Amino acid sequence: MTGAPVRRDGPAIALRTLKERSRSGRRAWSLPELDVPGADVSDAHRRRQTADLPEVSETDIVRHFTRLSQINYGVDTGFYPLGSCSMKYNPKVAETVAALAGFQRLHPHQPEETLQGALELLWRLERALCEITGMARATFQPPAGASGELTGLMIMRAFHTKNGNPRTKIIIPDSAHGTNPASVTLSGYRAVQVPSDRRGLVDLAALQGLVDGDVAGLMLTNPNTLGLFEEEIEGVAAAMHRVGALLYYDGANLNAIMGRARPGDMGFDIVHMNTHKTFATPHGGGGPGAGPVAVSARLEPFLPTPVVGFDEESGRYFWDHDRPDSIGRVHGFNGNFGVLVRAFAYVFGHGRDGLREVGERAVLNANYLARRVNDVYPLAFPGQPMHEFVATARSFRKYGVRAMDIAKRLIDLGFHPSTVYFPLIVEEAMMVEPTETESKETLDAFAEAMLQAAKEAEEHPDLLHDAPLTTPVRRLDEARAARQPKLRW
Amino acid sequence: MLVACGLSSIDELFSHIPPKLRLKGELSVPEGISEMELVSEMRRLAGRNRHADDLVCFAGGGAYDHYVPAVVWALAGRSELYTSYTPYQPELSQGILQSLFEYQSMICALTGLEVSNASLYDGPTALVEAVHMSTGATARTRVLLSEAVDRRYLETLRTYGAGEHFTVETIPAPGGVTAIPRVGDDVAAVVVQHPNFFGNLEPASAVFEAAQTAGARAIHVFDPLSLGILAPPGQLGADVAVGEGQGLGNHLSYGGPYLGVIAARSADLRRMPGRIVGETVDVDGRRGFVLTLQAREQHIRRERATSNICTNQTLMAVAATVYLAWLGPDGLAELGRQCVAKARYTAERISDLTAAELMWPGAEFFKEFVVRADVPARQVQRKLLEAGFLVGPAVGEEGLLVSVTERRTREEIDRLVKAFGEALS
Repeated sequence: MTGAPVRRDGPAIALRTLKERSRSGRRAWSLPELDVPGADVSDAHRRRQTADLPEVSETDIVRHFTRLSQINYGVDTGFYPLGSCSMKYNPKVAETVAALAGFQRLHPHQPEETLQGALELLWRLERALCEITGMARATFQPPAGASGELTGLMIMRAFHTKNGNPRTKIIIPDSAHGTNPASVTLSGYRAVQVPSDRRGLVDLAALQGLVDGDVAGLMLTNPNTLGLFEEEIEGVAAAMHRVGALLYYDGANLNAIMGRARPGDMGFDIVHMNTHKTFATPHGGGGPGAGPVAVSARLEPFLPTPVVGFDEESGRYFWDHDRPDSIGRVHGFNGNFGVLVRAFAYVFGHGRDGLREVGERAVLNANYLARRVNDVYPLAFPGQPMHEFVATARSFRKYGVRAMDIAKRLIDLGFHPSTVYFPLIVEEAMMVEPTETESKETLDAFAEAMLQAAKEAEEHPDLLHDAPLTTPVRRLDEARAARQPKLRW
Repeated sequence: MLVACGLSSIDELFSHIPPKLRLKGELSVPEGISEMELVSEMRRLAGRNRHADDLVCFAGGGAYDHYVPAVVWALAGRSELYTSYTPYQPELSQGILQSLFEYQSMICALTGLEVSNASLYDGPTALVEAVHMSTGATARTRVLLSEAVDRRYLETLRTYGAGEHFTVETIPAPGGVTAIPRVGDDVAAVVVQHPNFFGNLEPASAVFEAAQTAGARAIHVFDPLSLGILAPPGQLGADVAVGEGQGLGNHLSYGGPYLGVIAARSADLRRMPGRIVGETVDVDGRRGFVLTLQAREQHIRRERATSNICTNQTLMAVAATVYLAWLGPDGLAELGRQCVAKARYTAERISDLTAAELMWPGAEFFKEFVVRADVPARQVQRKLLEAGFLVGPAVGEEGLLVSVTERRTREEIDRLVKAFGEALS
């Protein structure tokens, strides 16, 4: 058995919490001697008891978090085919340049004349993202994809309101990410679901039946969450445009089509991007992300304020606050700048040729892997997948084995598993996204592991039920965690 | 690989894109460049910026030049942590999960409140979530927010309220301090920032009491770095506390990525948005950590969710956890005392100048204060920049916010005061 590539063994002392390591009077901090007269806050405002933080040495802290990192799996640890998450390699050069003082040590209230490099970076990144998506202008304020969705929907609402009627409904496919319907509700709209047809695509006839003058727009991921290109997108767009509704492009899967096709050419008016997916900014264990939103020319007035401006005559960049129709501010400052620096490095490092290759390799890798495991993990829908594929583990049910069991067994075989149980419309879904940065050898090794797990499901199902065995902890009691919440020391 | 797929060309992989929609020609983006060239270009761009290493930073207003200890990013920057995704497979993600559990614990210890989530985007968007919690809990839609709250919070709140979820009205703050408001029985939440945008300490507990008497939620916008010495939100009677966690070991980074901190009372646990980590045991009885109470979240509730948050600021929360462990209770208190002492020294020296005074001379402040000068604030700001100092933001036409963290030395402060004198003469 290969075993999960996270450290299982280590000194027993290492798994204690910081609180359990704490010893009264121990410390790591140092500050200079106060060089001005001492002062304190008045009695009425003073904290009565010191905060109950751990008292630990710097060695304690370093051992503690080093150990924690050793029981955590990242892209740098190994293959991470988590479908819909585009867990590609994060280039180290992006970290190096993001750490330059001229980026990392900028204060958000600095005057524009001290920020010409930062504004030039944002301006050029905006031009590139608009070119990739076929849009006119973009905002960098949304700090994550879901925030981008909500921003895009607020823009949609502002557009319709300006035209006299905000309308009431947004249509989303039944295969959509959970953030889509949640964002719809938060933007003040009602989500209406359109079913997928037998091909796994939006059911165009059903959609036409749902479209009326109350529909503000449609949110669509293309390629969709099944990894399939919405071939009838022109018909979908026509149906929406007929009633004056807008199309929103969820950019979660933009990776597949970069340099090959553009949402703007498909009839979309709003696009959000997830920089941690498409542009390889590290996801940090759950964030930070960045969710730039690009829009067509007719929606430009509604973008959050401010947007970057450029005065060609003087060659100066500036923040443009003069935007009377703007939806306002969606982030405290101007978005996750540090993440955008990394995205810039990725986009301009790759260039037009490199970006096109990204999509090509991602799609080739997914198709190759799908083909390698197809006999035992058939595709949920028959079409040719793009950058990811959704297979079903339905056939193992007869051995009492579920998709989750296979996922856990893959851990023991040395891999991070795929996404399971999403999209919701697929029984025992296994959503696999290898990304473009993996070699054929890695794909082959993962395919072998999937096939081995399938064989074991039939012959030794308990191997799967008991998995994982090689990790620092085994399957955890999630029901207990929710029933008796213990959320702090 | 193509052959194995039964294909003869890369183009066939894209054959189901309708021909009309295929991009003709190439993207209008420059050609790719080598890593060396990329680094040169990035250095050129970075070199066009002034920054807090080549200028002395007295700027504040929601982002602060607190010292970031070496240990913070030596650890939060370990790539097993920063190259991982949201911990959907807990057996492979105990590092992130335990770090977040410790983060939640420390935020509770800091705020004196009972529950914390695993982070939100930043301070202002954390306030939006706190307001959503309050409207949900009270079934009311009016929000009262002090005029002395940072304007960016108000602007953000107004944007998110525009879907007709809630309306925001302001409470006056004459003298730079919030007036105790009359709270109607249709008010969902009352929001006060303490220390407020001007740096001043607020009668927070009196405002909170007024809110709660009317059945509204009391929301405290706090500065985590102040809580070594200032009474925490829990002790002041706040129901929900939100704050900007940038100062907790995170870089200035031109406004992001920052850290949205939120804490509340147990009664509001199930209204709390975002990821929450809980302790449990594995099949062998070993302690472990998982994402929990997910029934609240968008991927389960979909259109019935009360928040759409998915990605948060996990890595910033890990950095904050290392930072707070480094400071400990005594370090945090000492840091708070140094901020107060240095800010007070700076304010006294500046108010000794003939052409400058404090906007609110009687008010007690924490680490920043507003200077009023006879010359327009932006002009003063520009002259100070020429002398090598970052200050601000400007407060109206004639006020200038000056922020003093533990990093500033007496020598730097004295030089700032001298430059102030010259800028005003």
